Amino acid sequence: MAATHTDKTYEVELKDLREKLLVMGGKVEAAIAASVRSVTERDSDLALKVQANDLEVNRLEVEVDGACRRLLALRQPAGSDLRFITTALKIVTDLERMGDLAVNIAERAIDLAQAPPLRPLHDLSSLAELVQAQLKKALDAFVERDAAKAEEVMKGDEIVDALYLKIFNELLALMMEDSRAIRRATAVMFSAKHLERFGDHTINLAEMVIYMVRGTDVRHPRSRVPSNK
Amino acid sequence: MRVERLQVWFGDRHVLRDVSIDVPALSVLAVIGPSGCGKSTFLRCLNRMHELVPGARVDGGVFLDGGNLYARGIDPVQLRRRVGMVFQRPNPFPTMSVYDNVAAGLRLNGFRGDLDEIVAHCLVQAALWDEVKDRLRHSALSLSGGQQQRLCIARALAVEPEVLLMDEPASALDPIATAKIEELMHELKERYTIVIVTHNMQQAARVSDRTAFFYMGELVETGPTEKIFTNPHEQRTEDYVTGKFG
Repeated sequence: MAATHTDKTYEVELKDLREKLLVMGGKVEAAIAASVRSVTERDSDLALKVQANDLEVNRLEVEVDGACRRLLALRQPAGSDLRFITTALKIVTDLERMGDLAVNIAERAIDLAQAPPLRPLHDLSSLAELVQAQLKKALDAFVERDAAKAEEVMKGDEIVDALYLKIFNELLALMMEDSRAIRRATAVMFSAKHLERFGDHTINLAEMVIYMVRGTDVRHPRSRVPSNK
Repeated sequence: MRVERLQVWFGDRHVLRDVSIDVPALSVLAVIGPSGCGKSTFLRCLNRMHELVPGARVDGGVFLDGGNLYARGIDPVQLRRRVGMVFQRPNPFPTMSVYDNVAAGLRLNGFRGDLDEIVAHCLVQAALWDEVKDRLRHSALSLSGGQQQRLCIARALAVEPEVLLMDEPASALDPIATAKIEELMHELKERYTIVIVTHNMQQAARVSDRTAFFYMGELVETGPTEKIFTNPHEQRTEDYVTGKFG
């Protein structure tokens, strides 16, 4: 294990920041699971809980931002500390947005609960489990500073996209068969789309973890300007 | 400037071990590392100042424009005109005026041209002219610490060096005087190659193009300053820039 900072207060501040991000990540993970359950189980109370819990995620976003600003101003971090703090600043935005997506799904759940059931939504549950597992893995990669694990997360997005496309096509077929289902099917389609977006934010997270660990930026490989160094 | 396999001993102590590094012309190299790592010794070897220390012994070479500064027949006094030095504490000649401080080196060399013009030019280059143009005949000690340090830079520039060595040039100055010196370095590197030793890592990050990290007499790592401070290659460099030493 690498040496610790000579200044113990600094060490503690960095540890606090890491823990705040993990708490936030855990809350987002729980939110996405609950939001989809509120759709599949037609549970409006649960949906309302998801909305209420998002306030906590928002509060953590503000706290993480503040902690990063303070560290940048007062500690002038360098090396892996600098990469960690800039990563924190970026992924906190993704996490907050992911919390919002869970809220958006919960809103659909409330609408859907008031209409007759559409049909069993197994694939939606599978998609939710998939993106939740992806987020968990990305957060593990973040804690363990494991770039290889983050790369696995990036590869996993193909499965997410494929499953989303399957749900999309099925709902499209359903709407063509039965025009009375359009409103409800659209709500489910939006939920699926939110899950797919949730997965994309997880990829951002994984990319930043790779940057944090290796110092190399793997984003947007096709639009990369050749380095002059 | 190129340093090849430089080794230094003070008596039995081996204080620099096999240091090789390129210092690109017209750029700033910052040398960082904890106390006793050899960074000041390294700097002093670049103009053979260490020879003033009894018992010092050097092996290896320092090349400027292809010529070895340690070659037989090189006069260290002549050499120090090509490789000038600015020290931690401003050290103007205390009994001389502002003007005479800048002119001193040229007078020693038996210069016969227009001294006024050169003195003014050097003071302008050292970003001091506007502050002292009406008090050129005042004692150098009448200036503030930051002004004295810029006067020392002007004095060093007067003999037209190629390389300027700076040993903690701002550590005795307040933040505003420090900012002026740092700003000055950005201007000076258009004409001079600068090597600066500093304990202040943020200063190294601000002023330099490349950074070299020394530890226990070894050059651990050198590279573009941005790389050294965001993603150094060596664990020891990472530990130092993140504050994980001792």
